[in-house]
Amino acid sequence: MIGEGTQSTNQRRHTYVHDRVEVGFFTDPTVCIGCKACEVACKEWNQVPDDGFVWSGNSYDNTGHIGASTWRHVMFVEQDRQKGGQIVGHHSLGDGNGEDPFRWIFLSDVCKHCEEAGCLEACPTGAILRTEVGSVLVQNDVCNGCGYCVVSCPFGVIDRRPEPLPDAGGAFKCTFCYDRQKSGLVPACAKVCPTESIAFGRLDDLRARATQRVQELRQHGYTDAGLYDPTETSVRGIHAFFLILGEPEAYGLPPKPQIPTIYLKSAWASAIATAVASIIATLLAFAFFS
Amino acid sequence: MTTNSPTERRLEELRDQAWKNGVVAGRRVNVAGGPIPRKVGYYGQPVVKPPVWTWQIPLYFFVGGIAGMSAVIALAAIIFHHLDLARAATWVAAISGAVLSPVLLIMDLGRPHLFLNMLRVFKHRSPMSMGAWILTAFGGCIVPGLILLELHAHQIFSGTFGELIRFAAAIFIFGSAIFGTLLATYTGVLIGATAIPAWFLHHMFLPIHFGTAGLGSAAALLELFGHRSSALNFIGFYAATVELGLLIWLSASKHGAADRAIHEHSSGWLIRIGEILNGPLALVLRFFGFVPLAAISFLIGALVSRFGWIVVGKVSGSDPESVFAAEH
Repeated sequence: MIGEGTQSTNQRRHTYVHDRVEVGFFTDPTVCIGCKACEVACKEWNQVPDDGFVWSGNSYDNTGHIGASTWRHVMFVEQDRQKGGQIVGHHSLGDGNGEDPFRWIFLSDVCKHCEEAGCLEACPTGAILRTEVGSVLVQNDVCNGCGYCVVSCPFGVIDRRPEPLPDAGGAFKCTFCYDRQKSGLVPACAKVCPTESIAFGRLDDLRARATQRVQELRQHGYTDAGLYDPTETSVRGIHAFFLILGEPEAYGLPPKPQIPTIYLKSAWASAIATAVASIIATLLAFAFFS
Repeated sequence: MTTNSPTERRLEELRDQAWKNGVVAGRRVNVAGGPIPRKVGYYGQPVVKPPVWTWQIPLYFFVGGIAGMSAVIALAAIIFHHLDLARAATWVAAISGAVLSPVLLIMDLGRPHLFLNMLRVFKHRSPMSMGAWILTAFGGCIVPGLILLELHAHQIFSGTFGELIRFAAAIFIFGSAIFGTLLATYTGVLIGATAIPAWFLHHMFLPIHFGTAGLGSAAALLELFGHRSSALNFIGFYAATVELGLLIWLSASKHGAADRAIHEHSSGWLIRIGEILNGPLALVLRFFGFVPLAAISFLIGALVSRFGWIVVGKVSGSDPESVFAAEH
């Protein structure tokens, strides 16, 4: 945490992989300054290729969305709502009198490393696996690019990298800097974050810290502060969770994400019923009409 | 510069317009950001990722459906002693299931040279893994089934050994028929069990549609190859009737914004055209005895509708409002 200096879990070396401790990211937009250092650090460390530049016109966000070549994405959310105990001015663009509340929220989005991961369940090659620290990892050399994980992620994180980028054809997403973690290092984005908006540490510690932070913010007038961690749905919680102000939709986060495997039972039942009906219809056709 | 200068006043006017309408007329400025009317979610960005699949996948759904259900027809033809039809159906099943289907699937992979990795693991919770194994098992049954059936048909061996070959052919074609029904229907499970709203909202519908369209297409193709029999005609009636029922079901089961890709846009039209061609139109044509036309109508409908469902997935997956609506 800020103020702990080199003793902060974002800075000190660790043995989480060796000790098989579940780790996580807690991303707090109320201290994010939108510097995008996390995006840069992620790209540099993981050698994620440049996927082109699009001038979006959406606030200061020209990244767009998490994808195969964007594993951290700083969102710039502009809302005409008051931010905490914010003092608002007298000039109004609206009706000319009264005050315009306005808030600008920066949130660094990342792969959620779900407790029940859609991509991991969907992968037919076993390329996607769960690591010792509870993160979800794609083994690039095993992935054959079938694209099924892409439609199985309820958060729209993982994607197939298009030609002509390096390593095209495979599915990519945040690795939770598994290589760094194995050597006792902190993931690049958390390490570089100047305000510790991205906090890295033990999952249980982070969850406790996040609950405390929400209470603190509520006391300071951030009445719509809450945690985004869908533990109530079939995803059963995420290892990279967020503090958000207002509803998740404004951040492009699904309000009730579900792992697609919940549909398997009824879909297979329907398939088998169709299979049986087709066999019976065909046999009847030949029995009575030949 | 004071606020009274003309340029500054003009700027105020533009701001005012942007505030009220969200767009600045004649300036082509679409004010997505800012404290003004904005798009759904985060600047209208997709919440889930649309499928990356290209034309090979819907074509595979079509070809795989024909392959799987042809094996069922082959089995029934063997049981009821229609050797010519059995041979034709087995040939169709083998070419489409053991040659075309794997080629299409491998072509669609991002890294085709790693296609064998599909058989690294067996995951019953992944329809893609199950599909790879079903297709492998189907290929492993239909190819020996075809060889044995041809040996039997040409009477190469006689006596006990000939009987043995006939029996073995029947066993392999029985296996092909079982895996074939799964091959024709699992594709519905494959796209039904995903995070794409228009797909998962219809995860019960899809296997029925894909499987029945496969059966009807197999019968239609054999009819076009000249195998006109009342049995195949009955199968044609059955498939078209089920498809008609499915069209009514799909029209009745609307989920508002969550599955609007099925009912609106060009994707909705593809689905509709496909369903009409292989449902009511095929039924009416068959009823009046225009069997070849009914067969062509059904085949085109089945193909168009497969493409339609993939386009629906692309539209629905790119639409953040659909995802939010499906989850509320």
